[in-house]
Amino acid sequence: MSNIPPTLILDMGLMAMLVVVAFSVVRLRSLFAIVMLQGVYSLLSAAWFVSLDAVDVAFTEAAVGAGISTVLMLGAMLLTEREAKPVALQKQLGSFFIVTVTGLALFYAIGDMPAFGDAHSAANAYVGSDYIAATKADIILPNVVTAVLASYRGYDTFGETVVIFMAGLGILLLLGLNGNAGKWRAQPKGQNVSGSAARNEGGKS
Amino acid sequence: MSPHVILRVVSKLLIPLIALFALYVQFHGDFGPGGGFQAGVIFASAIILYALIFGLDEAKRAVPPSWVRLGMTLGVLIYGGTGVATWALGGEFLNYTVFAPESTHAAGQHWGIFAVELGVLFTVTSAMVAIFYAFGSRAPELTDEDW
Repeated sequence: MSNIPPTLILDMGLMAMLVVVAFSVVRLRSLFAIVMLQGVYSLLSAAWFVSLDAVDVAFTEAAVGAGISTVLMLGAMLLTEREAKPVALQKQLGSFFIVTVTGLALFYAIGDMPAFGDAHSAANAYVGSDYIAATKADIILPNVVTAVLASYRGYDTFGETVVIFMAGLGILLLLGLNGNAGKWRAQPKGQNVSGSAARNEGGKS
Repeated sequence: MSPHVILRVVSKLLIPLIALFALYVQFHGDFGPGGGFQAGVIFASAIILYALIFGLDEAKRAVPPSWVRLGMTLGVLIYGGTGVATWALGGEFLNYTVFAPESTHAAGQHWGIFAVELGVLFTVTSAMVAIFYAFGSRAPELTDEDW
């Protein structure tokens, strides 16, 4: 027991909690609880990324996964039902088969994965080590992640920024900033989907 | 919304701190973890928290939808404009060294990274707020029993 590093126990504990949360998400029917558990899942992943020394990734996971997507999923849930309808067991057989096969393939592939922190693995060798070595002379920044992201890989990050812009643009074109701006009204369960606020702001959009 | 006095008071205290933390993450991203993407999401979550507590209409008065539209495009323009500026100065696209070629401590790189991270901040914040506005404006007004 004494030769097991404490971080490994922490990692295993976090992974076990991830599995528990994933199974609860599958078992639950209340969409509100599922959205909240997805936030918990993201926070647990973020904690795990910190333990793997990937602080920047953990930061993003906590902010995007646990913060923004929880709010957006709640917003989407408000437009639908609060409970998921149970699916007949026969209809789940196909997806169960696909999940099992994919899972077995992934387990089979574990043997080819490099060990954690292996300096000779494909991700750490070649350009990776070049960037780490060159940052000290070229960019002179303590955070190599920022140097790679914004300078060495500036093209890629430009692409990512444009992708986020396109996502926002797509949502705006489909939904508009003011919802339907009062032009289309539906009343599921007697509730006005287009609120009075949307109608008042309609002229501006 | 009126019964939630504690929520309102606490969030009024927290929202400026969240926004300030976003700025710290943005401008300290060169030295510690963070950068434009994280700072943008944190700043957007400050606005979204305000909308959740005080209502969407109040949030739209504080951050009008027209700013959101402008911010989204402005971010991409700042990023692309940095690249065009490096062209104009005789370098390759996004080769920041041309901003300060004489510098011995890579000041050109620092300026370039600062500029593009600012562009990322604008786009990410605005896109997140835009998506929230788009979905939130469609949701019906909720009573407490609905939860």
